[in-house]
Amino acid sequence: MNIYEEDILDHYENPSNYGTLEEPDISYEEDNPLCGDQIRMDLEVEDGVIKDVRFCGHGCTISQAAASMLTEEVKGQALEDVKKLSKDDILELLGIPLGPVRLKCGLLALKVLKAGAYGIKGWPGEEDDEEE
Amino acid sequence: MHMHVDRDEFHPLGVDRIRKDFPIFAGDSPIAYLDSAASSQTARCVLEAMDGYYERYRSNIHRGIYQISEEATAAYEDARRKIARFINARRASQVIFTRNTTESINLLAYSWGNANIGPGDEILLTVMEHHSNLVPWQLLAERTGATLRFIEVTDEGLLQLDDLDKLLTDRTKLVAITHVSNVLGTINPVREITAAAHSIGATVLIDAAQSVPHLPVDVEALDCDFLAFSGHKMCGPTGVGVLYGKRNLLEDMQPFLGGGSMIRAVQRERSTYADVPARFEAGTPAIAEAIGLGHAVDYLDGIGLDAVHAHEQQIIDYAHQKLREIDGITIYGPKPRIKAGVITFNLEGIHPHDLAGVLDTTGVAVRAGHHCAQPLMQHYGVIATARASFYLYNTMQDVDRLYDGALKAQNLLARRQG
Repeated sequence: MNIYEEDILDHYENPSNYGTLEEPDISYEEDNPLCGDQIRMDLEVEDGVIKDVRFCGHGCTISQAAASMLTEEVKGQALEDVKKLSKDDILELLGIPLGPVRLKCGLLALKVLKAGAYGIKGWPGEEDDEEE
Repeated sequence: MHMHVDRDEFHPLGVDRIRKDFPIFAGDSPIAYLDSAASSQTARCVLEAMDGYYERYRSNIHRGIYQISEEATAAYEDARRKIARFINARRASQVIFTRNTTESINLLAYSWGNANIGPGDEILLTVMEHHSNLVPWQLLAERTGATLRFIEVTDEGLLQLDDLDKLLTDRTKLVAITHVSNVLGTINPVREITAAAHSIGATVLIDAAQSVPHLPVDVEALDCDFLAFSGHKMCGPTGVGVLYGKRNLLEDMQPFLGGGSMIRAVQRERSTYADVPARFEAGTPAIAEAIGLGHAVDYLDGIGLDAVHAHEQQIIDYAHQKLREIDGITIYGPKPRIKAGVITFNLEGIHPHDLAGVLDTTGVAVRAGHHCAQPLMQHYGVIATARASFYLYNTMQDVDRLYDGALKAQNLLARRQG
């Protein structure tokens, strides 16, 4: 399977929820030192539910498309449910397998979201490795 | 005026024959391997030499009182002699085996640096250093209170040597510079810089990781005090590198790692240390790899580094000519003819990771990222670039495949703008 699927390119070219919120309840930004991809996530939270979300940043197709897909996924969700999102959920959204290097590109948005919402700093998926 | 290169021009090297020496290029659809600046491919004769050790005389070196250990010792020391000859060192004992360039420089930063650098001393580097010739000196500066100074880079990708006289002061104790930039391919005038550094009494290290594999390098002619390079970038195996040093300097240096092989006599509380080079080779070294590197050096010697360099110049000329045709390309660094076989570039609107990803789908391997040279990336105001690097086994067809893959990436990806 090609990692440059039409669906991914669509999200890259016309990302959903791109931009910033004027008064976000949560705003967090991080980059991936390996390739310089950068993502900021802004959240508006009301009664524990994500009312609105925006992302911005720059980077490769995979990182930006994953961020776009993730914002669609979490909008309207309980903030608590975001904690349960895993590496596999992102891979399912992207619909393609990723090698170890590009995996970090794909997971950056979720990492930023979890760090902003819960202060969880590790890479999604790696916390599982530690338990094993 | 740029020279026109005919794609089908005669190769001085006989590249078809050379490619047969590298198992990875066998088969019907070989990879267009354009990442030799990161790590080269391994010549078959190197693999056979290492197999020969493992199959016929595998044993530890230096202490075995039996035939195959003596054989292994002889092969290991023979490799040291070959490498010394290759860089024109006077004695084999001036060649210390390490893991790679990084370890060579760390060895130097501890064993020489701790004893010779103090508060207020200055270490002069350049903005184009690989992290391996930057971070060890940052650590040394933290330990000792020394200061780092930098030779800047011009927009064309050359060192700003007008500043050299100002940067070399009576506080400058070490000048540590790369011979060839791993990102830009710039060939620095290290002989002249070494002479200037010596005139104010500074010691000179040359990071030759990108030069020893590609150009004739003569440590006597350069007159450098130390020189470091890696086996895996010169058709040799991973896990073995070299630190060359002037004899008197090496002899004054304290050990880096302690353990077996590096001692003369050990008592409960203290030890005395072996002579150079054993003093710096604690523990069982990468024996097979050192033997392999000796054969890699024989292989390159047989072809001739002048011929290798000429071949790469021809390819880099053609690569510049071809890639410049692409709309929206930015090529970083010097023009061909004054640089080594490296071309670093970006395509407008395409992240280099995506470019490398699309190229990979067409069997073209390039590197994308900061190339372990973040200060240089900052100088150019970019986060990452794509880099194609060439070696003796690359062909004009490899360049064509790079060009075609870049166009494919543009068709696929350069749609979203703004």
